[in-house]
Amino acid sequence: MPETFEPRIVAFFCNWCTYTAADLAGVSRMRHAPNARIIRLMCSGRVDPQFILEAFARGADGVLIGGCHPNDCHYIEGNYKCLRRFRLLRRMLDDMGVEEKRCRLEWISASEGDKVKRVINEMVEQLKALGPLDLPGRFRDWDKEVAELEHAASAASAPCDCHAHKEEAAHA
Amino acid sequence: MDNGDGKVRIGFYVCHCGTNIAGTVDVASVAKYAAGLPGVAVSRDYKYMCSDPGQDLIGEDIREHGLNRIVVAACSPCLHEATFRTATARAGLNPFFCHLVNIREHASWVHSDRAAATAKVYDLIRAACGRVRHHKALERKRVNVRPEVLVVGGGIAGIQAALTVAESGKKVYLVEREPTIGGHMAMFDKTFPTLDCAACILTPKMSQVKAHPNITLWTYSEVAAVEGFVGNFKVKVRRKPRYVNEEACVGCMECVDACIYKEPKFEDEFNQRLGKRKPVYMSFPQATPKVVQIDPETCLHFKTGKCKQPCIASCSRNAFDFNQEERFEDIDVGAIIVATGFKPFDPARSPKYGYGHFPNVYTSLEVERLVNSAGPTGGEVVMRDGRKPKSVGIVHCVGSRNLQTNRWCSKVCCMYSLKLAHLIKEHTHAEVYNFYIDMRTPGKGYEEFYNQLLEEGVHFIRGKVAEVTDWAMTPEEEGKLVMRVEDTLAGFVRRIPVDMVVLAVGLEPQADAQGVRRMFNISCSSEGFFLERHPKLAPVDTATDGVYLAGACQGPKDIPDSVAQAGAAAAQAMALIDKGYIEMEPNAAFIDSEECSGCKSCIPLCPYTAISFDEVTVKATINEALCKGCGTCVAACPSGSIKQNLFEDVEIFSEIEEVLANA
Repeated sequence: MPETFEPRIVAFFCNWCTYTAADLAGVSRMRHAPNARIIRLMCSGRVDPQFILEAFARGADGVLIGGCHPNDCHYIEGNYKCLRRFRLLRRMLDDMGVEEKRCRLEWISASEGDKVKRVINEMVEQLKALGPLDLPGRFRDWDKEVAELEHAASAASAPCDCHAHKEEAAHA
Repeated sequence: MDNGDGKVRIGFYVCHCGTNIAGTVDVASVAKYAAGLPGVAVSRDYKYMCSDPGQDLIGEDIREHGLNRIVVAACSPCLHEATFRTATARAGLNPFFCHLVNIREHASWVHSDRAAATAKVYDLIRAACGRVRHHKALERKRVNVRPEVLVVGGGIAGIQAALTVAESGKKVYLVEREPTIGGHMAMFDKTFPTLDCAACILTPKMSQVKAHPNITLWTYSEVAAVEGFVGNFKVKVRRKPRYVNEEACVGCMECVDACIYKEPKFEDEFNQRLGKRKPVYMSFPQATPKVVQIDPETCLHFKTGKCKQPCIASCSRNAFDFNQEERFEDIDVGAIIVATGFKPFDPARSPKYGYGHFPNVYTSLEVERLVNSAGPTGGEVVMRDGRKPKSVGIVHCVGSRNLQTNRWCSKVCCMYSLKLAHLIKEHTHAEVYNFYIDMRTPGKGYEEFYNQLLEEGVHFIRGKVAEVTDWAMTPEEEGKLVMRVEDTLAGFVRRIPVDMVVLAVGLEPQADAQGVRRMFNISCSSEGFFLERHPKLAPVDTATDGVYLAGACQGPKDIPDSVAQAGAAAAQAMALIDKGYIEMEPNAAFIDSEECSGCKSCIPLCPYTAISFDEVTVKATINEALCKGCGTCVAACPSGSIKQNLFEDVEIFSEIEEVLANA
């Protein structure tokens, strides 16, 4: 881990609560860590789990989702839908070895500029402690490992076996 | 618009915003960096992009360089997205080819490290230039606006707003929770700094509301539900039973005299429980509508069923209806003005002042009723023990400017404390002491009023009262309330014995403000008052189109400010209605029916039931008129066949890719 590791956070904020809260943090000059890149969506319900996976796959060290507090969603219940998907995705991320603190869902209302500041600062500290996720790097390593294993397998086995294996694959 | 060659030609503009952005972000290098991004044909930095020359710059470049995408890196889209979209449209380009990047609120104002802030801006503009490539020409859909207005709350703000809108010829529904309109102002005796009588200026307006042909007044009623959206709200109003037919009653009060209870026996809420009323009563003589009502909690008929009902016998107009039940009215309105007012701070939360413990400790609102000639004592300032006070201490900032209670300044307390000091002195010739932290008297004629009070011989002691106690330490303190205070101007701790203590209580959000906020789909600021869209430039708008704010529900306000804000809210509602239509943001979802597998997983997700299943084509369809554009269904569609305009997957994925592309 380099000394000057600066975690990269992709943040998906809903337009009505959390994005406005981030605006309020700005208007109130609440200085916080410059690591988050905010992407504006109309509702946290728009957060497709694939957005989160894509962000990690592209090298994000953390993903932050911000929505309205329960009962306060501008679209009545989009935040609940977000919560449901988040819970499912959490389990998948665990299996992938993405630590819990790397993906965070927070309810931040339009008046909570200070919470935007606190959450981002906190997350940056936690990610610094965890170090880089570098999923793209891990993918490369995994690919290399698989390629090496395949190479080793093909070198060790007889040609007829190899042929049979190919046939089997074609049937599958 | 693709200049025939199908190539994306982006115009990129970064705003200095004076030094607001340029002070923290290296805008020249941002412009240089953007120039090297794929598709960017023009890249500039400019002092104020939102100014006319700034906007013209965009138009000129569109025409000269054949631009077909515009990216402006400036402030929050909540502030100036519309400005730059309009500038884009003026030059003949579809406004939805323009995208705004927030580098002020989200970067320059919240970071101090110039290099880090600039690096963040690089990422953000790369994302914007990436997403804007996928933008499409979109059309706004028009929705008609109904010409009726709902005003919620009949205090001075609601009254002013309702009258202004009604005078312009539009129909107004004024809904008030209490039996009468007038709000807190109706309880006051006089108003600062001119000392004109509150009733003399308020009650004519109240009668005007009742008499106005364009106003439907529903008192003792509450908004029960709100549905719909700007221009087309559907509102359900709950009308509580008053057991008196409003149309028949003329307010002659014969029934009040005839009531089986010969003497008023029950606590009078309007008089702050300082007086008594009967079960059949009118809040105060000028109540509007001038109609009595029955309190079923105290009425013998409702409690026991064994009353001889002399009230019914006394009524020559047959106005009583003991079978009345709660009923609901459904109305359609185009705009809503929320003017639900404030709640005075409950001083029992600060026990050191002895409110509720010592009978001669009063709140300012109670004293308003005492000095009022229509009040429970007929304008005599008499304490609960029957004595007239010879000395009175007024404590400022009760429940305000304090971390343990409320942090904010309630704005009106200094001025009304001065007014009460003047009135108490006038009524009783007592010695009056004001205990203040700072005197805050900004306003026309306010400082002059303060100077007048200084000349009248009212004492001003700068210091927070530590305690009100009856523990006498000297013979002259016997039987008195002793105010312990550090006089920070004289520089020592004092004990000041007084007969009566007045607590200048601050203003708080209404107890049910959170429920009201949810009903109207608006937000509250951290202290719980309703949140305006912009503190300076949209002070009466809310985040929800068509819902406006007036008066102290938005924050502590005196009468002139409430009236001014009510006028502004009325003007906003009228501007909306007179235009006759509203253009909706074209961010609705739509279905690519080629891709749709008809799995129906989107259908139960939509809170607006905008998605239905077409049995013939075996595919889902979205009713564009019902879709509000949240995108929840888009995120859920397993085949990716639902798309949301302005937030298409391809646009968001390119943002994700580009913000992370710097490694």
